[in-house]
Amino acid sequence: MKLLELYIHIPFCIKKCKYCDFLSAPASERERAEYVEGLCRKIRSYTELAKAYCVTTIFVGGGTPSILEAEQMRRIFTAIKETFQIGAYKGGPIETTIEMNPGTVTKEKLAAYKEIGINRLSIGLQSADNRELKALGRIHTYEEFLDSYYMAREAGFKNINIDLMSAIPNQTRESYEKTLRVAAELGPEHISAYSLMIEEGTPFFELYGEGRNPLCIPDEETERLMYEDTKQILKEYGYHRYEISNYAKQGFECRHNLGYWERTEYLGIGTGAASLIDNRRFIEDGVPEILSREDQMAEYMFLGLRKMEGVSKQRFKQEFGSNMEEIFGEVIEDMKEKGLLEEKGDYVRLTGRGIDISNYVMSGFLGTV
Amino acid sequence: MAGTDQSKIRNFCIIAHIDHGKSTLADRIIEMTGLLTSREMQSQVLDNMELERERGITIKAQAVRIVYKAEDGEEYIFNLIDTPGHVDFNYEVSRSLAACDGAILVVDAAQGVEAQTLANVYLALDHDLDVMPVINKIDLPSAEPERVIEEIEDIIGIEAQDAPRISAKTGMNIEEVLKQVVEKIPAPGGDADAPLQALIFDSIYDSYKGVIVFCRIKEGTVKKGTPILMMATGAKAEVVEVGYFGAGQFIPCEELTAGMVGYITASLKNVKDTRVGDTITNALKPCDKPLPGYKKVNPMVYCGMYPADGAKYPDLRDALEKLKLNDASLHFEPETSIALGFGFRCGFLGLLHLEIIQERLEREYNLDLVTTAPGVIYKVYKTNGEVIELTNPSNLPDPSEIDYMEEPIVKAEIMVTSEFIGAIMDLCQERRGMYEGMEYIEETRAVLHYKLPLNEIIYDFFDALKSRSRGYASFDYEMAGYEQSELVKLDILINKEEVDALSFIVHAGTAYERGRKMCEKLKEEIPRQLFEIPIQAAVGSKIIARETVKAMRKDVLAKCYGGDITRKKKLLEKQKEGKKRMRQVGNVEIPQKAFMSVLKLDDK
Repeated sequence: MKLLELYIHIPFCIKKCKYCDFLSAPASERERAEYVEGLCRKIRSYTELAKAYCVTTIFVGGGTPSILEAEQMRRIFTAIKETFQIGAYKGGPIETTIEMNPGTVTKEKLAAYKEIGINRLSIGLQSADNRELKALGRIHTYEEFLDSYYMAREAGFKNINIDLMSAIPNQTRESYEKTLRVAAELGPEHISAYSLMIEEGTPFFELYGEGRNPLCIPDEETERLMYEDTKQILKEYGYHRYEISNYAKQGFECRHNLGYWERTEYLGIGTGAASLIDNRRFIEDGVPEILSREDQMAEYMFLGLRKMEGVSKQRFKQEFGSNMEEIFGEVIEDMKEKGLLEEKGDYVRLTGRGIDISNYVMSGFLGTV
Repeated sequence: MAGTDQSKIRNFCIIAHIDHGKSTLADRIIEMTGLLTSREMQSQVLDNMELERERGITIKAQAVRIVYKAEDGEEYIFNLIDTPGHVDFNYEVSRSLAACDGAILVVDAAQGVEAQTLANVYLALDHDLDVMPVINKIDLPSAEPERVIEEIEDIIGIEAQDAPRISAKTGMNIEEVLKQVVEKIPAPGGDADAPLQALIFDSIYDSYKGVIVFCRIKEGTVKKGTPILMMATGAKAEVVEVGYFGAGQFIPCEELTAGMVGYITASLKNVKDTRVGDTITNALKPCDKPLPGYKKVNPMVYCGMYPADGAKYPDLRDALEKLKLNDASLHFEPETSIALGFGFRCGFLGLLHLEIIQERLEREYNLDLVTTAPGVIYKVYKTNGEVIELTNPSNLPDPSEIDYMEEPIVKAEIMVTSEFIGAIMDLCQERRGMYEGMEYIEETRAVLHYKLPLNEIIYDFFDALKSRSRGYASFDYEMAGYEQSELVKLDILINKEEVDALSFIVHAGTAYERGRKMCEKLKEEIPRQLFEIPIQAAVGSKIIARETVKAMRKDVLAKCYGGDITRKKKLLEKQKEGKKRMRQVGNVEIPQKAFMSVLKLDDK
């Protein structure tokens, strides 16, 4: 039986953040109810496909999934369980995550999450500085985040992620360090630390795109140093970096996301959700992109290299029947010479410098075959 | 067409300053005489090339034969010869004029007499043409026909009181122009029984007919089977077909006799054999001497052209060969650059000619080109007495072997309204111009005379002139020989390595300034790479300017989850694609457009 990761998309939020380019928008109660109805129908429509798969992780993302009522979430999970075969992980339940934002969570909702099997929470904090939160267009303060976090712990959640963000307007190295320390002090099992990306089509692009910088977004060099700081500071608190932007205490790496980088098959359900099934990648109801062997190999490399452990040569051979050196030897050697890649045992991985300019390294693996 | 009465033929051209409406008037004349129905009528009938229509300029001479029925019922044959308007093609203009007996001078009713109006009139008068003025664009609100007529009489000194006042655009008063052509332009002379003497004013290559020679029969008769001799090139051939020009097509006829304009095809393979300005005669019964004025045209401006994709080198060669079939003034020979690989050093009549060839290669032959900075031909006098004509800066001998160098000089006439005289004089000064005098042609307008080095005007002089005079200045030049000059080779070093394709020859006095600007420009063009890249300008071993491209510090995608992969992959692919368009020089990747950046140094 093949392994499958399930992603459920909830495209609603209270108010769109200024930097957000995800498929998400505020909506009325009625719209949300109709969406949940449709979603459940869609989940059930996969009965046939589900027969060949065993679900290994579930991730409910958004938007702000915690905006839904407890009852609605319960119905979604009922549909999942009645349609898919759910596996186990180390003899226990599989990793089941829901994203939430401060200010949308109640005790009642958290109790319901526990009851339906959700065992991991991902909370969007972004910054511990209220001024910075405001600049991002977030709806909450740091204090409101704390309330939600403690509430989650009280509800018994033992696996919590906190999202943080660097290179945001008004931020300094010092204020970022404070955010890191404050978050780490709380002792979440996992921290994601992204640097802000200015995406086209967002209000931030209007404000900061194409070199505009009215609110002092940290410069490239400061941003790079913030990446360094993240690694150093979080290490002090016992977090190790296992991917470019992801840190965890031992054993709490996000299994769902690791799946993306290891090319596990995934089924995304909900508006705009992406899937990878049988080497076809598609957005719900869209035309699939069929991945050739060359595409698959290139993806294996550029996704796998996001992980700090790098890519396994042995697994490459198992998957594609060719030696990695035979296909990518030239690029790997070139990047090694430039000090951007290194080999450790069976693995090829990014060096510190390679991480800083990983796009340059990864683009080397595209179109080389 | 045998026995066409010479008195019923009119051979003429239209001359004008650029944009005064030459091609539009030609269109109207063709339309009025019913040669084309208006459905067939396309703007600027005589400008065949897509590029000519687009730029609104005439590159190749064109001719058309029109039948005009006068009011008295007589039928006249008009041969209208359209001439290239740009100074780059001056020689071709002069040959086209030599094929005519008269010229229509088009003057814009608002702009009045301009530099090229004068230059063209003098050219026409040199060829003994009767000049018939026409005032165009009288439909414009700013039109001042009375003032312009006075100007024509005062400045040019030709009678203009009864000049037709027309609007070529709307077709107003075109009938009057035709009437005056019959009255004012003389009928051709010549004896149909004399030995053949025909002037070549253009030639084109046709893949079916071979070389088609455009000519004016001055004396004698030519028909199918006539053995012909090109008097300058010495090429011989037998005539296969003669005929005249319909609009956009060749119409064969029995024979061409003295006074007529038409075409000849013969067993000729190469346009090189049929040089513009050469005289065709009967090989068995030659005329005494060729028609005057033939001169071999030589390229003035050189640059390197390289295929962006090295594998396209043979395609570039084929394309250049094809273009040369139609353009005897295009020169090219293979050269190799360390930075750019295999390519060609190409010679052109001027910068416009260069641009046109470049655009045609890119458009008609679908080639992506890297062009190096254009340069002129320098004369290098070596200490051992040898003289080198230098077209590629890389070939400059070691300074120790050079006695002195000379550069080509032009005599320039710049017409400008008085308020901009100061600005234009500054410009000429910056470009090492030697002031030779100024005359006011009327209260508010003057002609400035300058001697300028050609290499100072081939880049962007024209643009600078226009921008500093808000478009009002016009400019014309002619070659005025070579003069000794203190010239140096400016080299560009990228990451301490000399990039041959970026070297150029410059006057010692401006080397520092040019070097500095060049480094600044390259800093903008070269993207950050893994390491810091010094960009230096050097004369000999002396570094005169330096900039640094900082190393790439951070380039990383923060997030890449299931829904991001397709988009991120496209981003990485784009990055990869960008790298492909770069040239690897040593360890450094240089974008192709950086090689052209030297062209845009003056953006004042």
